[in-house]
Amino acid sequence: MIDKLSWIAVYPELVLLVMACLIALVDLGVKSPRRTLTYALTLLTLGAVAVMEASYALGGQTFYGFGNMVVVDPMGSWLKCFSSIALMITVVYGRPYAADRDMLRGGEFFTLSLFALLGMFVMISGHNFLVLYMGLELMTLCSYALVALRRDDAQATEAAMKYFVLGALASGFLLYGLSMLYGATGSLNINEVFNAIASRQVKHQVLVFGLVFIVAGLAFKLGAVPFHMWLPDVYQGAPTAVTLIIGGAPQLAAFAMTIRLLVEGLLPLAIDWQQMLALMAIGSLVIGNLAAVAQTNLKRMLAFSTISQMGFLLLGLLAGVVNGNQLHTESAYGAAMFYALTYVLTTLAAFGIILLLARAGHESEEITDLSGLNQRSPLYAGVMAMSMFSLAGLPPLVGFYAKLGVLQALISSGQTSYLVLAVFAVFMSLIGAFYYLRVIKVMYFDAPHSHNAQPISAPADAQIVLAINGALLLVLGIAPSSLMTLCAQSINSIVNSLGV
Amino acid sequence: MGLLSLAIWMPIFFGVGLLALGRESQAHTVRWIALIGAIASFLVTLPLYDGFQLGTSAMQFVEKSSWIPRFNMNYHLGVDGISLWFVLLTAFINVVVIIASWESITTRVNQYMASFLILSGLMIGVFAALDGMLFYVFFEATLIPMYLIIGIWGGPNKIYAAFKFFLYTLLGSLLMLVALIFLYNKSGGSFDILAWHKLPLSATAQTLLFFSFFAAFAVKVPMWPVHTWLPDVHVEAPTGGSAVLAAIMLKLGAYGFLRFSMPITPDASHEWAGLIIALSLIAVIYVGLVALVQRDMKKLVAYSSVAHMGFVTLGFFLFNDLTVSGGIVQMIAHGFVSAAMFLCIGVLYDRVHSREIASYGGVVNTMPKFAAFALLFAMANCGLPATAGFVGEWMVILGAVKSNFWIGAAAATALISGAAYTLWMYKRVYLGPVTNENVKGMLDINNREFLMLGLLAIATLYMGIYPKPFTDVMNTSVADLLKHVALSKLN
Repeated sequence: MIDKLSWIAVYPELVLLVMACLIALVDLGVKSPRRTLTYALTLLTLGAVAVMEASYALGGQTFYGFGNMVVVDPMGSWLKCFSSIALMITVVYGRPYAADRDMLRGGEFFTLSLFALLGMFVMISGHNFLVLYMGLELMTLCSYALVALRRDDAQATEAAMKYFVLGALASGFLLYGLSMLYGATGSLNINEVFNAIASRQVKHQVLVFGLVFIVAGLAFKLGAVPFHMWLPDVYQGAPTAVTLIIGGAPQLAAFAMTIRLLVEGLLPLAIDWQQMLALMAIGSLVIGNLAAVAQTNLKRMLAFSTISQMGFLLLGLLAGVVNGNQLHTESAYGAAMFYALTYVLTTLAAFGIILLLARAGHESEEITDLSGLNQRSPLYAGVMAMSMFSLAGLPPLVGFYAKLGVLQALISSGQTSYLVLAVFAVFMSLIGAFYYLRVIKVMYFDAPHSHNAQPISAPADAQIVLAINGALLLVLGIAPSSLMTLCAQSINSIVNSLGV
Repeated sequence: MGLLSLAIWMPIFFGVGLLALGRESQAHTVRWIALIGAIASFLVTLPLYDGFQLGTSAMQFVEKSSWIPRFNMNYHLGVDGISLWFVLLTAFINVVVIIASWESITTRVNQYMASFLILSGLMIGVFAALDGMLFYVFFEATLIPMYLIIGIWGGPNKIYAAFKFFLYTLLGSLLMLVALIFLYNKSGGSFDILAWHKLPLSATAQTLLFFSFFAAFAVKVPMWPVHTWLPDVHVEAPTGGSAVLAAIMLKLGAYGFLRFSMPITPDASHEWAGLIIALSLIAVIYVGLVALVQRDMKKLVAYSSVAHMGFVTLGFFLFNDLTVSGGIVQMIAHGFVSAAMFLCIGVLYDRVHSREIASYGGVVNTMPKFAAFALLFAMANCGLPATAGFVGEWMVILGAVKSNFWIGAAAATALISGAAYTLWMYKRVYLGPVTNENVKGMLDINNREFLMLGLLAIATLYMGIYPKPFTDVMNTSVADLLKHVALSKLN
């Protein structure tokens, strides 16, 4: 017998599911090559879901459905709300690009995106190992298909293949780790696992063994070193519109899953997973930043920069608990959530520019393709410059406060080793500044190439969204307070529910 | 909205407006809007001086409202006798620079003017901020417009210079960021700079903090041996960029020493004062000699800036009110004089398109009015009495001799090398018969150039003849600062 509360918990997911199926059907009758009706319906669905999630989040309650298999809490609702918005922005930027490359022939671009989002929702809300896993698989299966959407393009097919093989391997890792935990604790429910571990009745060795596989699986999804190598290849190889689909909203879902598994489920093992996170963070910062310097392809450079940004995010995650002391949990995980949100916002802007600059027959994905952009379009150049400065962590852009929050979390722990980590991260971001600056240099200091000197034309909806996206980077940079509070409160509700 | 907020946001508002409205074809309108914006922003700062209460070291025109409550960051502004003049100086130099760029900038005029207006607002923000993180945000944000100014309108090697400028100064500032967060945690969650002045700190913490701040401010000043970015950047930057860089941006670093290093870590400051004094003397003596052999006029003035800023840091770390005030006076004077020197080079460059001393000779014959101005500024640069350059140097040397004769004597040699490189350059460029073809056809300065140099000439002479308004304002604040520095924070 399923109670009413259970249905309330998954209303947005249901809407998404029904609409995704409906759009697939409606699309059969759509004749327009740009798929205007499908596009409008997709945006409508995403908007509606975002509003529903926002109202759940503002309600501030935490409740469980379907026998504790799914949870609705402010963090999850906000992340789902922002994922929908991120996907909305992605679709707006991506439609002209996809239309030019004949990717809209069937409506799969839209329906697969919606199903991927559904997968993310399940990942974010899952409160049971198998539900989490199901969500992850739904999301990644859609992503594999999306990457291969241009099936006549050798590069995209290769990227899809790599993504699929490595992704399956990582899922296997994760599943293996989860099954070990199940074997050790006798439960798939996150709360019960937490309690079982906290009671110290379970053999530590078995737990740590399972934990290693879980962390490896999560690191793969986040793109942290040493599980990062798929990321540059897939980012570069996938059609840019798809790159944005897999590089934007899914980061939020991966973040949510990390919190669900490591914090809600395995916080008593924090000392063990923190060591792993610390090593992965250092590796990501070093390899991501150094490799990005050498790139000439913009998408590949952004991929490596993602790896380094994830390193920073991991630093936030590991600062939460110090020697079993959970005083800083809220501020550290809150900082990590803020980092994830602002990172996605910034990435959307950067990839949005690449998408809108690309035209039929020309991808515009080399860094030099941006040369002289300021002369061609001050708006695009301005937005791109802001997203680069933001990724570099320069005030007054929002990326600065993301880094600030993480550094503050590290330093306030009072641990000397964390202070050293903070200084190290700061030096690594100096290297980061170099390659972000190079993009700005190309746009502002170089003259346009002859082959990309023609005027830029993008649909009005994309231009408006781009302008808003860019403005947000600055506005949130000048007044980051409300978003910070939102993140902290969301995390707070989780920490409180742990009863620690 | 308070006066300080107005001083900060008015130029930024005009700058952003220009970015939004300006078009290439409307360059003339853009220039006028920029000039009106700059003048209005300068006029807004005048009531600050007018309403400033002498005889108190308290912060004035204070504005405080919550900014990011989660981290207890406040939008907290205020000026005391140390920062007041820099707010005015920044707004003043901004007007001059916009007049100076009237004709020489013909591409992307709206972006150029906007960069300077925004930069001016941000720099005023640095001088007015009383919240550590607000200070940092303004301090760092100035890098963005300056990077663009150098990179877009600079010389042939501009990209190298822009990157060098950005990365060098960012490296320093990032360490300061860690220091600020550390202080925030130490003080129990406050970014209030004035509260930090009273915060007890252990010797180790002070040393670490001192060097973190040192990394940020020494690079910005710049002190020997981290000064190497400055000549490269000056050579490549457009005239206006050089003028603002020398006149204001270098002061951000020196100001940081006064606001952060000395009062927050007084014991470490005393312990490491010897090091700073040694580095300052190297800057004064050695870099002065380096300036002597330059062939490029901009490089020469750039090295002379390093030497002059050496006086400033020397004065600060001798810890007596004469030298500290002298250092501040020197900062203001250098603001007028170095800006003027760079603008003079700009005037020559506009006509001949060369900065080599050897490309000129006998300019006085074709440009007598201009040569007169140049002579005045050259004299000020070598510290002739009755010019602005004299007051600060004299105060620092006098104070130095009081505390240690040899330090004073070593610093005083700067007067000789300063006079040598400045006057030798003046002789080779301006005096004698016309030795170069291109000098023959040079036209004397027009009214616009006359106005811009005239403004600076008045300021230079006024400050040299009657420095009282400058020193009066800072006396109490400097005395209060030194009280903080004298008080040990240990035990």
